[in-house]
Amino acid sequence: MPIRVKTPGMFSTIQDLGRYGYSHLGISPAGAADRLSLRIANLLVGNQENAPALEMTLLGATLEFDEPRIVALAGADCDAIVGTSAVRPGEAVAVPAGGMLKCGGMRTGARSYLAVQGGFDVPVVMGSAATDVRGGFGGLEGRRLKAGDLLPVRDGRSTRARRLKPGALDAVYRHDTVRVTRGAQQEWFGPEAFEVLFSCPYSISDQSDRTGLRLKGEVLRPREQSQLLTDGIPLGAMQVPQDGQPIILFVDQQTTGGYPKIANVIMADMHHIGQLRPHQQVRFHEVSIPQAITLLKEQERWLQDAFVP
Amino acid sequence: MRGKSGMKVIPASDSSLLIVLGSAISPELHARVIGLFRALRAKQDPRIRNLHPGYTSVLVDFDPLQISHHELTTVVEQSTSAVGSQDEYRSKVVSIPVCYDVELGPDLVDLANYAKTSPEEVIRLHSSATYLVHFLGFSPGFAYMGGLPEKLHMPRLATPRGHVAGGTVGIAGSQTGVYPVDSAGGWRLIGRTPWRMFDPNADPPTRLQPGDTVRFSAIDRASFGAMAQP
Repeated sequence: MPIRVKTPGMFSTIQDLGRYGYSHLGISPAGAADRLSLRIANLLVGNQENAPALEMTLLGATLEFDEPRIVALAGADCDAIVGTSAVRPGEAVAVPAGGMLKCGGMRTGARSYLAVQGGFDVPVVMGSAATDVRGGFGGLEGRRLKAGDLLPVRDGRSTRARRLKPGALDAVYRHDTVRVTRGAQQEWFGPEAFEVLFSCPYSISDQSDRTGLRLKGEVLRPREQSQLLTDGIPLGAMQVPQDGQPIILFVDQQTTGGYPKIANVIMADMHHIGQLRPHQQVRFHEVSIPQAITLLKEQERWLQDAFVP
Repeated sequence: MRGKSGMKVIPASDSSLLIVLGSAISPELHARVIGLFRALRAKQDPRIRNLHPGYTSVLVDFDPLQISHHELTTVVEQSTSAVGSQDEYRSKVVSIPVCYDVELGPDLVDLANYAKTSPEEVIRLHSSATYLVHFLGFSPGFAYMGGLPEKLHMPRLATPRGHVAGGTVGIAGSQTGVYPVDSAGGWRLIGRTPWRMFDPNADPPTRLQPGDTVRFSAIDRASFGAMAQP
C-alpha cells in the first residue's frame, strides 16, 4: 500500500545518491542535496544507503500510512511527530497502520530526509531514482510532490532497523564554515581575491536552490576580465560571474559554464551546502587537495563506525 | 599540474581533473578533445564517474576513494598518446529536419532584416552549412554547435522569452542550437524540428552526442505535422 501525501511541504522530491555517467549529455547529477543525511536515514531503517528517500526543504511533509512501516529521519530537525510522539533525526521509529507522520518547519539546517523501510518504489532512469526537476524525469513523475500523491514503497520486511551510537551525530553538522580547495581557474585570481574569500563572511541569497547557492558579500575580481571558453563544471564549483558575487554550483547544476571557478567545495563538506539556509552567513576555509581527500576518508570511516553493531 | 604535448592537467577539485588541450576553438582541437573523451569513455572505468568535453578541455570526475589524482593523470596521458591523428576521427552525421516558419520560428523575419537578406536566404544558409557538436550542456540534450555562417550571427534577445517550445531551433551570436525541452530562452528562433531531442527513457537519451556532425534539412508544414513525435 502506498504512502499518501496529505501536505507536500515546501519543496519535497524523491532522491538517491545521484545520477552519474550522463553529464556529457547535459544531465546533472541531481540526487540528495545532503547525501550524507540520506545515507544515514537509509542505514537507520536497514536499507541500502542509496535507496530512494524523500528530501524535504525548510518545511516538511505530512504523510499518511495505511500499513505499519519503520521510518527514519536524518538531517535538519523538522519537529516531526507520529501521533503524539516526537521523531528526532537519527532514530528509526514505527508508524502504525493508519498513522500519520507530520513534519514541520526546520529551525536549523535546510533539509530533512525521510527513509522508509524498503525504500520508495520509483522507476530507475539512467541508473538513478533521483528527481531531475529541470529535465522533468526521475523520482515521482520528474517533479516535486503535491497533495494527494501516492508514494509507492518496496517491501521492507527483510531489512532490520539500526541504531546510531550515542552522540554519533554531534560533530556531523556545522553551519558556519565550509572548506574549499582552489578551483580550476585559480590562476585567474590574485592573492587579494583569495584573501577576501578566506576572510570575509558571505550570506546565502534567497535566490539559491538545488541548481546553485548564490552568495552575497565582498566582490571577487579576476586579475583581468577575459572570456573563459565554456568547460565542464565539477560538483561544488564556486564560479565568479561578472558582478563578482560567487555562486556555488550544486546538485541540479548546469553541466557546463563560462565563468572562472575560483574554488571548489570539498566532497567531505558537500552535505553542509545542502543544509545552508537563505540569509545564513558562512565562511570559507582553504584546504589542500590531499587534506580534502583525508577528510573524506575520515568521514567514510566515521559513517562505518557510527552505528551500534 | 603536468604538461605533455601542450596538455595541461589541472586538479579542478578533490575529485576531478580538468584536462586542457589548447586555448582556441578550432576543428583540429575539437578532434583532439573528442578523441580523448572517447578514449577515456571506451575504458568504461568504474572509478571515473563523469566525463565532460568542453571547447578546449575534458573534465574527468572520479571517485577519489578509488583512484588518486596522480594515478588518473597517468591514465589520461596513456589515453592521449593512444588518440590518433585527425584522419581517424570519425563523426556521426545527423540530419535534423526543421520546419522554418514564422509561426514556429517567430524571429525568422527579424533575423533576415538584421542580415539584410530574405527569410528564404536565411533558410538556405542555415540548412546548407555543416555544424560540429562541441559538447552538450545548459539542459539535458542541449548541443553547443559551431559552424554557423557568419552572415547569420545575431546577438540574443535583450529580454529572454519566458517559454520556448522543445524542438525550437535558434541562433545566438555565432551559435545555433535546438531547445531540447520547453524552457525559457533568449535565442533568435527560426524554426522547429518535429524530432524529440531528449527522451529520458531512450538509449541514448539524447539525439546528439559530443563530436557529432549536424546538418539541418528544411521540411514543410505538412511533413512537420506528419513527423511530429509526442
